[in-house]
Amino acid sequence: MKPAPFDYVRADSVDEALDVLAQAGADARILAGGQSLLPMLNMRLARPEIVIDLMRIPALKIVDEKGGALIIHAAVRQIEIERRPNLAKDQQLLAAALAFVGHAQTRSRGTVCGSIAHADPSAELPLVLVALGGSVHLRSRRAKRKVAAEAFFTGMMTTDRHDDEMVEAITFPPKEPTTGYAFREVARRHGDFAIVACAASADAKGGRLAVGGVAERPVVRAMPLPGSSAINDALDKFAWTLEARDDMHASARYRRELVRRIGKSTLEEAVQCRA
Amino acid sequence: MPRVEDAALLTGRGRYIDDLGVRPGTLHAAMLRSPHAHADIIGIDVAEALAAPGVAAVLTGADIKRLTSSMVVGVKAPLECWPIATDRVRYVGEPVAIVVARDRYLAEDALDLIEVEYRPLPAIVDPVRALADEAPVLHPSLGGNLASERSFRYGDPERAFAEAPHRIDVEVRYPRNSCTPIETYGVVAEYDPGSDAYDVLANFQGPFSIHAVISRALKIPGNRLRLRTPPDSGGSFGVKQGVFPYIVLVAAASRVAGAPVKWIEDRLENLAGAVSATNRVTRLAAAVEADGRITALDWDQIEDCGANLRAPEPATLYRMHGNMTGAYAIRNVAIRNRVVLTNKTPSGLNRGFGGPQVYYALERLVPRIAVELKFDPLDVIRANLVPAEAFPYKTASGAILDSGEYRITMDKALEQGGHAELIARRDAARAEGRLYGIGYTAVVEPSVSNMGYITAVLSPAERKKAGPKNGAQATATIAIDPVGSVSVHVASVPQGQGHRTVLAQVVGEVLGLKPSEIRVVTEIDTSKDAWSIASGNYASRFAPAVAGTAHLAATRVRDRIARIAAQQLNVKADDIVFKHGRIGAADNPENAVAFARIAAASHWAPGTLPGDVDQAMRETVFWTPPELTAPNEEDEVNSSLCHGFIFDFCGVEIDRATGGVRLDRYVTMHDCGRILHPAMVAGQVTGGFAQALGAALLEEYAYGEDGSFLAGTFADYLVPTIMEVPEPLILHHETRSPFTPLGAKGVGEGNCMSTPVCIANAVADALGVADIELPLIPSRIAEHLHGPETPPKNAVSQAASKAGARQLFGEGSATVRAPRQAVWDMLLDPKTLEKVVPGAHGIERVSDTHFRADVTLGVGPVKGRYKAEIRLADLIPPRSLTLSGEASGALGFGGGTGFVTLEETNGTTTIRYRYEAGIGGKVASVGGRLLDGAARFLIGQFFAALAKQASGDATGPAGSGFLARLLGRLRGRE
Repeated sequence: MKPAPFDYVRADSVDEALDVLAQAGADARILAGGQSLLPMLNMRLARPEIVIDLMRIPALKIVDEKGGALIIHAAVRQIEIERRPNLAKDQQLLAAALAFVGHAQTRSRGTVCGSIAHADPSAELPLVLVALGGSVHLRSRRAKRKVAAEAFFTGMMTTDRHDDEMVEAITFPPKEPTTGYAFREVARRHGDFAIVACAASADAKGGRLAVGGVAERPVVRAMPLPGSSAINDALDKFAWTLEARDDMHASARYRRELVRRIGKSTLEEAVQCRA
Repeated sequence: MPRVEDAALLTGRGRYIDDLGVRPGTLHAAMLRSPHAHADIIGIDVAEALAAPGVAAVLTGADIKRLTSSMVVGVKAPLECWPIATDRVRYVGEPVAIVVARDRYLAEDALDLIEVEYRPLPAIVDPVRALADEAPVLHPSLGGNLASERSFRYGDPERAFAEAPHRIDVEVRYPRNSCTPIETYGVVAEYDPGSDAYDVLANFQGPFSIHAVISRALKIPGNRLRLRTPPDSGGSFGVKQGVFPYIVLVAAASRVAGAPVKWIEDRLENLAGAVSATNRVTRLAAAVEADGRITALDWDQIEDCGANLRAPEPATLYRMHGNMTGAYAIRNVAIRNRVVLTNKTPSGLNRGFGGPQVYYALERLVPRIAVELKFDPLDVIRANLVPAEAFPYKTASGAILDSGEYRITMDKALEQGGHAELIARRDAARAEGRLYGIGYTAVVEPSVSNMGYITAVLSPAERKKAGPKNGAQATATIAIDPVGSVSVHVASVPQGQGHRTVLAQVVGEVLGLKPSEIRVVTEIDTSKDAWSIASGNYASRFAPAVAGTAHLAATRVRDRIARIAAQQLNVKADDIVFKHGRIGAADNPENAVAFARIAAASHWAPGTLPGDVDQAMRETVFWTPPELTAPNEEDEVNSSLCHGFIFDFCGVEIDRATGGVRLDRYVTMHDCGRILHPAMVAGQVTGGFAQALGAALLEEYAYGEDGSFLAGTFADYLVPTIMEVPEPLILHHETRSPFTPLGAKGVGEGNCMSTPVCIANAVADALGVADIELPLIPSRIAEHLHGPETPPKNAVSQAASKAGARQLFGEGSATVRAPRQAVWDMLLDPKTLEKVVPGAHGIERVSDTHFRADVTLGVGPVKGRYKAEIRLADLIPPRSLTLSGEASGALGFGGGTGFVTLEETNGTTTIRYRYEAGIGGKVASVGGRLLDGAARFLIGQFFAALAKQASGDATGPAGSGFLARLLGRLRGRE
């Protein structure tokens, strides 16, 4: 479990990181916390030529709040967000989900943007970003662009990011005052990859349910409110469209059932939370 | 008394093998391991690896065969056992080559350069199917996969079954798991050509009978193998015994490299290739009287030892041989034992060793009797327990249960453990419609193994020929230096049992010294220390055997010192007392001197010693219990010296939505004889309980049907964390063992035997089902809870894959604005293939229908380079063809077959494909969770690229949702 040789660049500025990325492209990987990348390096599953460490770039350590939206830059660790005093009030869903992200030890190293860029289909943070309709700020030497979360995640650990781009920041939109939020997850152990994770929001008109751990990326759907006659059919249809698969921890059928049951109870909790 | 070892261990000052310095010039080894479960090795090319920077040597099976001989196999069968694949690999993770280099990084870099050509063979993982005539055979010399079969008969089981009104049976499968110590294997070996001797430092844990196995394999006499152990060990639970094949490999590597070689196993190697407990399929039937008394048992055990029979296997199957009736008085027993070999990691020692497998059958049977005969399960247990007046009780198969008051112990547990309240909780929960169940188990925990039990695998005639084997030699040395300070040496390797604390306490008490004044040395050096084949730390022998032997040695030294003191103080030796660091007359506290003054007399003034004392400087005691005799003509065997008793009960609640099991309460009552150190006993019980809980709910070394290993990281092999382990209520009832010096019995393994089945019984009770499979995965439990499911009409066809197997199936389609013939021509054109095969770096055309390519494949950051072979077959131009591909590389291998049809309507061609794919090797072991998606991604990529290539513009997504997205993406960019 020793990595193959690679060059290590500790970038001091965003420009420096982007210069290296522009040159190396797909041969480079960004190190931002390393909670997924380092095991992959050690197991030689990933063999980048260059690893670019962003963690000493001051501009990337910034967390901004604009009109209630939370903008988190690439070198911000998960624990820094978790410890924000008003997080549970301002970003209810994010606060609820963070407790499920790995363990305290991994959250103290892992970054929020790192988890988004890695795009593990079972990860909680991409799920929350999709559930809330957040966005991803990408930047290369050529340009900056903003991509909606739903369009950013394109598949299993695959995103819309181009090889010369980095995730500079992400935005969690402001909490809507009349909306309730809830997060639930079923995993084999506390801190494990989700078998099914559900993030729901509900307002007077209807609900939204995002599901992670089942499809190749987090998927969000508008949902009728629980209590309406259409809810069971809608959840059933949603469960089938996710194309669940069997693995050693859970069958596809079990995953679908959890989408129906946990999806429903998460929506119910969001409705209650609104009240 | 607090543990003396903890301060160092908790502040990072433990002296583990990887922390100890090595000699300058020491090289480092890395191992190439098989990605296949079963394959012939056609060739290995190590030239490039040998030429790599820093590489000193590369060894393959051929080198090991030349330098060593096959390790001994414990059954009489034409079987060899090599520590590395010689001509064939038989499990994923089996060593295939060893690279020795300047550091581990360079060694691993060179592993990538070794080219191995495999010819895959069908694999067999199911032990029952491995016995079928048509099953693939692992060892051609054996002619089949059955390595040993023996039948035993005690009393008159046939008659008991004929006469009993009821026959009740269970069939259970105990899964593969292991206690996964934090510290992995480590070996530092050096060959001394001057004396043709090996010096080995390894975190081996015993039994030291294995010393003989290693020296024989290395083709040297035992006195040329110096085996040392480090002072601290990061856990073993039996597993560290299994380091011995690697001792042979690293020793041979040091000989070839001409330098000391160090190897530290990494976690990937450990999970795939270290040691697993056996999995076992058991059919067990009981003859039961109308009152619930069991009069006979009929056992049929099929033991799966994996790919090789490594010493001391098949010991797992025989460790419990004297205890096949558990805690019950059952006089008639029939046993059929079969040992089979399958394409899995070879099995070995693991905490509980045979107990979990036996009790999973026996203790599932007992509640089944209660259910079928409508008894309270407690009444069935009570009716069958060995009565207190029967001790020492000889079981039907020959074990002597040393002491116990089973019924009293059980009643005490029920009372002190709040059983009545638990029943009330259950009733209240059920009244609310919740799923709640209660489970019970009563087990006997054997400890201090008889080194002869394993010979029960041989017939009496074979045993006679081989000579008797028995006993359990323990050794302890007490040494007093010239200033009168006391050291204790034992041939036992601590793995957290608190040897230093307990031995200092035991010896200090005898000599009237504070425990802090005693120094305990626990590392072993076979060239200097007193040791024997039973030395080491296993079979829960520390408290009953090792501590007892230290007590004997200390007592012997004390008696001698007492005689010296008697002369000096002018009193009788019997009247000498040792207290508070002084030696004096019992009746006159004034007449005393400091301990050191008399204790050191043998060094300073030997001439003053009384005539009957030669010295009191050093005393080594060898102790073996006379009760541990060899198996007799009737195959009766006293497999262990002491037998603790455990009665457990628990309450569980099952979540109707998720199938999750919540352990509401767990009570574990132990009779482990005299308790030497209460906190240490609590530690043993708590630790065993946590591991057993893992075995019950979480842990499994899962294999696909194709033999691929699916639990290659701790993200898939799920060990319970503090969040998953509730605290059990631990209770005690003491009946001292008459057979051990201190009256203690082992307590290290009992919960690994009792807890998995106790939890399973509770879950079976909650669900009201008979068949329960471990581990109790929520997804599996939910099958009993979730009703039928109706797929929606017009459902997108679901890509299917079998749970646990790395076989994938799927289908999809792509539509191209081009005529069919054009698409067909492109499919057969290497130039097109080069563009559409994901990651191809150039295609070599072997024939019209056979292509070879170097490809870089991956998803996200996971990328690997592979050699790929692509073949086209069943060509019906321009309508259909079969496209098959195989790829292999450092991350593993994959193969797939696609059935492709082309249909044309209005100048637009629809390519439809169905595929079957299989993936194995490292990527299957460590990334199983992501594999299906990755494979679909690549296959989809291929056809999408083909469509794009054919039309320059892919249109109309159809079929697979994934492909639709992918095509959508492609369009979006153009």
